[in-house]
Amino acid sequence: MENSQGSVWVLAEQIDCQILGVSFQLIGQARKLADELGTSVESVLLGDHIQEQARLLIAAGADKVYLGNSPQLEFYQPEIYCEMIVNLARERQPAIMLIGSTFMGRELAPLVAARLQTGLTAHCIDLVLDENKILDAKIPAYGGLLSIMCPQKRPQMATVAQGVFPKPELDETRTGEIIPLDVPVDISRRIQTLEVVREATDGVALESAPVVVAGGAGAGDPEGWSKIADLARALNAALGSTRPAVDEGWADLETMIGQSGKVVSPELYIGVGLSGEQQHMVGINNAQVMVAINNDAKSPVFEQVDYGIVDDCREFVPALIKKIKEYQEKKVTC
Amino acid sequence: MLNIIVCVKAVPDPKEACNIKIDPHSKTLMRCDVPLVVNPLDKNAMEAALQLKEQFDVHISVLSMGPPEAGNIVKECLALGADQGFLLCDPAFGGADAYATAFTLAKGIEKIGAYDVIICGMASSDGSTEWVGPEIAAILNIPVVTMVKEIVESDRDRWKVKASLENGYRLMQVKLPAVFTVTRDLNTPRTLSFSGIIKARTKEITRWAISDLGVPAEAVGLKGSPTIVSELSSTESKREAEIIAGTREEKAEFLVQKLADVGVL
Ligand SMILES: Cc1cc2nc3c(=O)[nH]c(=O)nc-3n(C[C@H](O)[C@H](O)[C@H](O)COP(=O)(O)OP(=O)(O)OC[C@H]3O[C@@H](n4cnc5c(N)ncnc54)[C@H](O)[C@@H]3O)c2cc1C
Ligand SMILES: Nc1ncnc2c1ncn2[C@@H]1O[C@H](COP(=O)(O)O)[C@@H](O)[C@H]1O
Repeated sequence: MENSQGSVWVLAEQIDCQILGVSFQLIGQARKLADELGTSVESVLLGDHIQEQARLLIAAGADKVYLGNSPQLEFYQPEIYCEMIVNLARERQPAIMLIGSTFMGRELAPLVAARLQTGLTAHCIDLVLDENKILDAKIPAYGGLLSIMCPQKRPQMATVAQGVFPKPELDETRTGEIIPLDVPVDISRRIQTLEVVREATDGVALESAPVVVAGGAGAGDPEGWSKIADLARALNAALGSTRPAVDEGWADLETMIGQSGKVVSPELYIGVGLSGEQQHMVGINNAQVMVAINNDAKSPVFEQVDYGIVDDCREFVPALIKKIKEYQEKKVTC
Repeated sequence: MLNIIVCVKAVPDPKEACNIKIDPHSKTLMRCDVPLVVNPLDKNAMEAALQLKEQFDVHISVLSMGPPEAGNIVKECLALGADQGFLLCDPAFGGADAYATAFTLAKGIEKIGAYDVIICGMASSDGSTEWVGPEIAAILNIPVVTMVKEIVESDRDRWKVKASLENGYRLMQVKLPAVFTVTRDLNTPRTLSFSGIIKARTKEITRWAISDLGVPAEAVGLKGSPTIVSELSSTESKREAEIIAGTREEKAEFLVQKLADVGVL
């Protein structure tokens, strides 16, 4: 190891030549960790036509960007991406490696971790250093927070969802180094991304919605669920879900809020028929106003929101929609 | 013949999982009293294998690492139509993180020997790291596609699959042998049939301990895990709900007014 304290790495990700928000957020957090460790922030960015984008990572706080810029890297290609990152990590020996919990990150992170025979913490909601400067990755569990650490093996790896950390200010005057990476020639081609298809989504995007209505197991059945969806529509809100709602098939996996789903920061959050489990609630980051509707007055959800309605959501939600519509009509007429 | 290995995990019944607590001393999970069931997404993995068996000459092995009681879920998969069951069971395997789990399962897979396709669930309902499938692939040095939602072509040595992606999918071409992790969208798992249960009675489960796998004790279980769970801290809520009283109408009206007051309506 050339440096007794290896650097903090962020595996950045781009889609259509745009660096994802989570990559910037991780650079921001990596900067904090690196400053505390007295080391540098380095980032790996792979894609095509992304030369300009690499500068943004430096503006966000990276000291060095390893840039693979080639038509072969346009899409995420598991074998090539993994090989390039593993080779570089073996050479540079980073202390910490952070990756966004995106679809790519969730596949690439374990591939890299297993190749490097190191530990990987899934979907963390905070990253700090302990008194021995070991990465303490927090995950919600069983009503509290667990600390997961990787005391011996390096790098210490973790995935983090978009929205957990704030986006750092971009400082265009920051300087840093961009180091080009070659695409290895002798890679086995057992797997290939033939095509990437993005489908238009209906409704409001969860990540940026000012209002989020989330439904849970208390919806009871598809009909109960459709009422919660109606509420979201009436409020022009994004519809979120808990895991049981996804398991039941009412909601899409991509709508799940929480530790293994999305992290959102709306102005208003309304949780309907859900119990306020940690794994879900960590997905709501600093909402301004929070409301819960639950038929059990003792539900723990009421300890975590500002306004509580104790009622059967299947009955209350239609009543609420009616009142909202009345209010909205009044607002238009006067 | 296409050899498929399905990895199934015995998990505490998700419907009763709220009873699970962390042991304050060992910092591992106490799963007392909560019955073990097949991890929900592993049923989709089983179903994918069973559907292939209906079309082609397929041999299905079910592989699980877990406590002796996990034998029941292997048995359940045999009743669903798997041909052979394997349980990796040894106190030394206990406390494994994702890497140690993947390593142990990979050793089991190597000992089973013939494999073309390894199918895992996308995630387990308790650990839920999503790491085990891809880590098995990395350890066996074969390709993996995670979050498969459709098998488009399943030729003898090359598969084409669609896998979930932000607002869409990617179409992947993969040379076998390979690992696939599957999502709920792939299929609807079948339920147990009476005849299946009867047939499964004669099927044996092979149990392998650490000595059968020929791996050192330092490589598996808690000792083989790069990550440790170090402490459980409690979280404090910063809010307390004002419970809105009144009739249903009044409550709805009051809430609308509150939302209007804070400017979100
Ligand atoms: C590792 C791990 C990761 C996880 N990640 C996530 C995640 O990212 N996101 C997530 O959501 N979950 C996640 N979970 C699951 C999580 O622990 C909880 O099981 C889940 O959030 C509970 O969902 P729920 O509140 O909808 O259901 P429940 O806990 O079953 O609560 C249902 C609530 O509805 C109420 N209710 C019932 N009927 C009615 C009615 N008619 N009207 C009004 N209220 C009613 C009940 O009083 C109850 O409070 C994870 C779990 C694990 C182990
Ligand atoms: N102990 C185990 N035995 C067999 N398969 C497992 C085990 N743990 C995880 N798996 C497989 O790996 C998948 C993902 O699990 P996880 O990484 O825990 O989310 C599961 O759906 C199973 O297919």
